[in-house]
Amino acid sequence: MPVDILKETPSQTAGPYLHIGMLPAQAGLKIRTQEKMNVLTAAGVPGEKIRIEGVVYDGAGLPIRDAQIEIWQADSAGVYNAPGFLGWGRAGSDFTTAEYFFETIKPGVTLYHDGRKQAPHISVLVFARGINVHLHTRLYFEEEAEANAADPVINAVELKPHRQTLIAKRVKPGVYRFDIYVQGDKETVFFDM
Amino acid sequence: MTELAAFNRRDRTWHPPLYAPGYKTSVLRSPRRALLSLEMGSGEKTGPRFGHGMLDPLDNDMIRNAMVTGEPIGERVIVHGQVLDEFSRPVRNTLLEVWQANASGKYPHVNDHYKGASDPNFSGCGRCMTDENGYYYFRTIRPGPYPWRNNGSDWRPAHIHFSLFGEAFAQRLITQMYFEGDPLIPLCPILGVIPEIAGRNMLVAKLDMGNQVPFDALTYRFDIVLRGRRQTFFENLREGM
Repeated sequence: MPVDILKETPSQTAGPYLHIGMLPAQAGLKIRTQEKMNVLTAAGVPGEKIRIEGVVYDGAGLPIRDAQIEIWQADSAGVYNAPGFLGWGRAGSDFTTAEYFFETIKPGVTLYHDGRKQAPHISVLVFARGINVHLHTRLYFEEEAEANAADPVINAVELKPHRQTLIAKRVKPGVYRFDIYVQGDKETVFFDM
Repeated sequence: MTELAAFNRRDRTWHPPLYAPGYKTSVLRSPRRALLSLEMGSGEKTGPRFGHGMLDPLDNDMIRNAMVTGEPIGERVIVHGQVLDEFSRPVRNTLLEVWQANASGKYPHVNDHYKGASDPNFSGCGRCMTDENGYYYFRTIRPGPYPWRNNGSDWRPAHIHFSLFGEAFAQRLITQMYFEGDPLIPLCPILGVIPEIAGRNMLVAKLDMGNQVPFDALTYRFDIVLRGRRQTFFENLREGM
């Protein structure tokens, strides 16, 4: 018999009212109204300031208005948990437009498990009503074509057209568009890592 | 810098499937392609470090953290437990976020239009952190059941939503806690998406009479298990080498 380990607590959907516990001001609560978890930048943090914006779509092509997006990233030197930079952020889809956005800095190069370089990227999780286990994807940067071409995770996506779903489009300097397609022809690549 | 070890793989046959037609909303909100199974990079093996200093002293007390005219209506309960990883190690100093409906089954949320009564003294929003041994606790009002549109009017058992971070992004988990003895538990399509009864039972908090607060509050015990970090016996080689 194999050695027993504990089983992980099963995941459940975050539901339509996830904002109460995680984005209370958006739920309409009068607590923690000053929190801006979608703004990672702060005075004195080195690096290029960027804005990331997008919409999460369902399998019918409709915008999901009750999604929550979380990001986790290294600082501009490729260091996670760097002093003075939390590296984590959270945004809710707007109840009307379905748009989310983050203000952060562009991350640096980090390492894969085997020591190969990973192109600058941001880890992205998607939570919503109807999503039983949060979805995990990555955001890479359009202008990093050379680094992206050598990235071990991008290269693990067998069908090349699907790789494009991981790459944020630069709509103007410092502003990136990253729409997430949960299902369908444009379906984003999601990971089991 | 020594590279951190990776986490044990998430058992996708133990978690609910993403496509679970019994919970209708999942039908259009689930990928059709298989998840791409890959080894972790440094970003999956690390995660944000939230300090105890971010918490307000009342964050773990939903009986008092939104009082306007008095205490909220409902059954006073304490929920406590230990957060462990799959290898039975306590998960220390990790953030838990909780949210829930009020005693009438109504959420204090702009989008909840259920006819259950609002409670102006209840936020339904709490936070706490585990201590050095992985233990947490918070105080609240027992939430009410409520109907939702799925198979006609399905009913949610009383439940509290939990969000956990662990020490790495790979351990991130959102789940729901139920109350032992609730007759709605076996009828719930959302809990029912979890394939095994043993998995569903992990989400049911047990009445803990020994830890009641006499003449004040009932106590429920809810332990949580996050993915475990593996040992680093040998360095990983490049794929194909």
